Amino acid sequence: MAAPTTDYAYFPGCSLESTGIAYDKSLRAVFRALGLGLHEIDDWNCCGATAYMSVKETVSFAISARNLALAERQGPRDIVAPCSACFLVLAKTRRFLQERPALREKVDEALAAAELSCECRARIRHPLEVLVNDVGIAQLRAAAKRSLRGHRFACYYGCQMVRPERYFEPDREFPMAMDDLFRALGAATVDYPLKVRCCGGMQMVTNEPVGLDLTQGLLDCAVSLGATAIVTTCPMCQFNLELYQDKITARAGRDLHLPVLFFTQPLGLALGCDPAALGFEHQVVPVPGDSLTLAEAGS
Amino acid sequence: MTTPTPEPDLRIGVFVCHCGVNISQTVDVESCRDFAAKCPGVAVARDYKFMCSNTGQEQIERDIRDLRLNRVVVAACSPLMHEPTFRGACEKAGLNKYLFQMANIREQCAWVHDDRRLATEKARALINAAVRRVAVQEPLEPFEAKINSATLIIGAGIAGIQAALEIAEAGHPVYLVEREPTIGGKMANFDKTFPTLDCSACILTPKMVSVSHRPNIRLRTWHEVESVSGFIGNYTVRLRRKARFVDPLRCTGCGQCISHCPASRLPSRREILLGGAVMTEVLPPSNGDGPHRRSWDTSLLHPEAQTGTGPEQYSHEIVSDEEIATDLEKFAQPRRKGPSPMQRYLKLVSAQAKMTEEQIGKRRTGECTGCGFCTEICDGLVGATAIRMAVIGKDGKGKDIRRPFLTSLEACIGCGACAHVCPTGYLDIRDQAMRRGGVKDFTLGNDRAIYLAFPQAVPKVPIIDPLSCIHLQTEGGCGVCQNVCEPEAINFDDREEIEEVQIGQILVSTGFQLFDARGMAQYGHGRLDNVISSLDFERMLNSNGPTGGRIRLKDGREPRAVAIVHCVGSRDENHHRYCSRVCCMYALKFAHLVKDRTSAEVYQFYIDIRAYGKGYEEFYSRVLDEGVHVIRGKGAEVIEQRWGDQSDGILHVRCEDTLIGKVRDIPVDMVILCNALEPQGDAGDLAAKLGLSRSPDGFFLERHPKLDPVGTVSDGIYIAGACQGPKDIPDTVAQAQAAAARILATVSKGAVLLDPIKASVDHDHCSGCRICNTLCPYQAISYDAESNVSTVNITLCKGCGTCVAACPSGAINGAGFSDRQIMAELEGILV
Repeated sequence: MAAPTTDYAYFPGCSLESTGIAYDKSLRAVFRALGLGLHEIDDWNCCGATAYMSVKETVSFAISARNLALAERQGPRDIVAPCSACFLVLAKTRRFLQERPALREKVDEALAAAELSCECRARIRHPLEVLVNDVGIAQLRAAAKRSLRGHRFACYYGCQMVRPERYFEPDREFPMAMDDLFRALGAATVDYPLKVRCCGGMQMVTNEPVGLDLTQGLLDCAVSLGATAIVTTCPMCQFNLELYQDKITARAGRDLHLPVLFFTQPLGLALGCDPAALGFEHQVVPVPGDSLTLAEAGS
Repeated sequence: MTTPTPEPDLRIGVFVCHCGVNISQTVDVESCRDFAAKCPGVAVARDYKFMCSNTGQEQIERDIRDLRLNRVVVAACSPLMHEPTFRGACEKAGLNKYLFQMANIREQCAWVHDDRRLATEKARALINAAVRRVAVQEPLEPFEAKINSATLIIGAGIAGIQAALEIAEAGHPVYLVEREPTIGGKMANFDKTFPTLDCSACILTPKMVSVSHRPNIRLRTWHEVESVSGFIGNYTVRLRRKARFVDPLRCTGCGQCISHCPASRLPSRREILLGGAVMTEVLPPSNGDGPHRRSWDTSLLHPEAQTGTGPEQYSHEIVSDEEIATDLEKFAQPRRKGPSPMQRYLKLVSAQAKMTEEQIGKRRTGECTGCGFCTEICDGLVGATAIRMAVIGKDGKGKDIRRPFLTSLEACIGCGACAHVCPTGYLDIRDQAMRRGGVKDFTLGNDRAIYLAFPQAVPKVPIIDPLSCIHLQTEGGCGVCQNVCEPEAINFDDREEIEEVQIGQILVSTGFQLFDARGMAQYGHGRLDNVISSLDFERMLNSNGPTGGRIRLKDGREPRAVAIVHCVGSRDENHHRYCSRVCCMYALKFAHLVKDRTSAEVYQFYIDIRAYGKGYEEFYSRVLDEGVHVIRGKGAEVIEQRWGDQSDGILHVRCEDTLIGKVRDIPVDMVILCNALEPQGDAGDLAAKLGLSRSPDGFFLERHPKLDPVGTVSDGIYIAGACQGPKDIPDTVAQAQAAAARILATVSKGAVLLDPIKASVDHDHCSGCRICNTLCPYQAISYDAESNVSTVNITLCKGCGTCVAACPSGAINGAGFSDRQIMAELEGILV
């Protein structure tokens, strides 16, 4: 394995230690397999959370900025935030601090009280974008040990990563990064038109019928297109899509069960990681066992 | 700072305007008047509600006469607005108009400030500056420029055509320049026009023909404007004629060349199929460096090329590139005796021309008969030697079965001639747009390499697409058109040429371009089949178009339901904030025509229906009565619903219906996008050549939005039509006529007076350093080696002042902007 060429600071966020633990495991495995450094931010705290931001804006920016300050103290590295909500809040915090001097002043004051400061130099990155741009699809394909042939993925990006910060311009409304990645690794991807539509988000907790409507649409479309799994980039999307499948199947009157994976899990398989290290044991809707044993790449 | 002592006989009049409440609500006009009265040299200071009114002007004139004023200052609006008005008043009263100065206390003061005290203070400073400046101004004499009666019109759409006809009708020459091969512009693409549903061709083509028949309209199609220099009445314009390869003076428009041309121009993304397999892919040129072609199916290679041995060892095994590189000599056949390949080809085409469609249809079995036309044309006519027959077995009677194969992967040039002559369709051309998500070529012209843009094109002279033409691509092959052209109009050696013309005035009527909806991925244009742009739908509706005016989905079916999505790229913060003005009405026209020609349901997704013109609201009501569904809500996205690997699905248009407050999801077969109208992509280049300004949206800026919508800040240059902003046909024609009237008025005057704001070199002080020569943006300064001084050519000088500022000897003076005057003005502001 080549020596790490690039180092990243890692902000797991709360989801990756709980519902999205499979994401954490598989992400670490993929970065390790590619020889990329992933340095967890020491003593990180809540990202600021999307909902809190609309209640106490300044406070939530300060909470969020603490993470940026801590990361900076550890070294000048881009911060990888795998959870789309964390990614969005941290990116938004960084942008707001750069654009709004008045807010910056207040946040600086709060950070100073904790003997911290923040230059906001480090960029906030989503691991999908890091892998596609810093490593490159051609390199990933070259590094693949096994082919994903036989899989037929519905690549689902959700909204928070692509839309508000215009992360994947010009394809903000129809990103193709993950589709291109998995096609290069031998899998088929369905032309999934709902790839950036809302997964239901927090509505699932506060207004379940609305959340279920939204999730049902996503599952229905993926099933009718003949996908073998939905692949996601966000722990909340994954949670909403996977955990309510019994309920949705009951209310839809047809079987809408489908494995919902983190994109790092099949990527890890292709890169030759041990399937046991990729967190498949945490799937509620199990992945058929035979699909974990893949053909050697190129065969 | 010293207070300059006014000349003893200085008598300045200062007139401060209230401009209704425009100025007076922010600036204390009375106190400004009192301030002015105390300024040195001021004989009288007055204020008035509207200085520009008749009463105001008369007051100035009266005071000049009665109080013997010899300088005048008006503190009011921008000089752009009323300087000519007040200069006129001075002149009427016998005062040289360059002894007048304006202080702008409206746009640059009252309108941009809130604090009355500070605004008043600033207004006083501006008045003080004007007073001090005017005190040292000198009388100047305007000079007369003769007007060349010829006019240059750039862009021959409906605006340019209309204006050309108006000016020519008055008996004056017009150069009508068009960069496309034909005149007619966007309107030539339309089938019907709203709200009267007039046939577009019926009202446009007579005008187009008329343009070509007028002796004083000099039509310059397939030309670009290269450069423009000079000033009103005396412009020199360089026009670049692009290579057409057909001599318009010889061409009779018979069309023989088109019907005989074996090469395909369209579809531009095409595949040439050999027995159903892709033999060659042709993609449109990227970066203008020639068409990109690709042959990749090695199984289509000739057995000899595959194995290097005899045909009996023919195999379909994939071989490496090295093995393919066999000697082409092997394929060289001894020339047949008898008629030349050209003669045989012409005989074949004339034989095919005599066949009925039914006869041709019967022959198109898709099965190869081994006739060998394909190899013959490829060898003899094209000269590519890309196809060669091989024996692949014997039939029941013991005769050889022969089939065509590729001699090498590189040989095919993608011209499509083989498919053109194949009687059975074993060799065929397929439009790549028929693949999923491909965008079809919607064009009105024929599909040959030599083509007419559409059958009613003016001039009716075809043009050769050099990227598709076999002769130009192979350097010497084919040449069928040259062979069949009796008047000998084909000229393969045609090269672009520069023509220099002298003209007096310029009308810019370059129109608009359509917003590329691929920039809004949510609508899926270019990704989803059957999501098409408005202009493509216009072409589909056109009886000259690709479907002959029938409304069809890509697979040829008639749609069952059609969605029309308004405001795609218009009224959108992410793209264009403005309303494109014509979309609501053409969307209603589309709805009517879909209803008229199919049994489909029509859904309009609109924000507001803007039916503001004469007869427009009535047309809207009529379309509603026809049963068109109108849904108030901007189309949010177009989603395709499919099942498994099914190739075509149903399109769903989602929107929030704001009248019922619900999200709706309407299934349709076809979606028509109402793309925004936007400035031409190279509008900035033309603006730079002509010295035009553009508004923030990129359209050319008119001199005044209400009172001079066709004039520009450059005298002698006018704009008309959609290059000034989105516009429908009636408004475009009205502007064209207005611009023509303005141009004719100047022509009939014969001469204009020009401001003498020009630079002049004091030869006594000029050191001959020549710094000014290179700095002058208009090349107006020349150097005389003999006397070692530079001289300004005042006909070229625009009075920009660059040389005045740069001259190290202070030898250059800008009339009306002398150092003394500028310094006096600055002092007035700063004291």
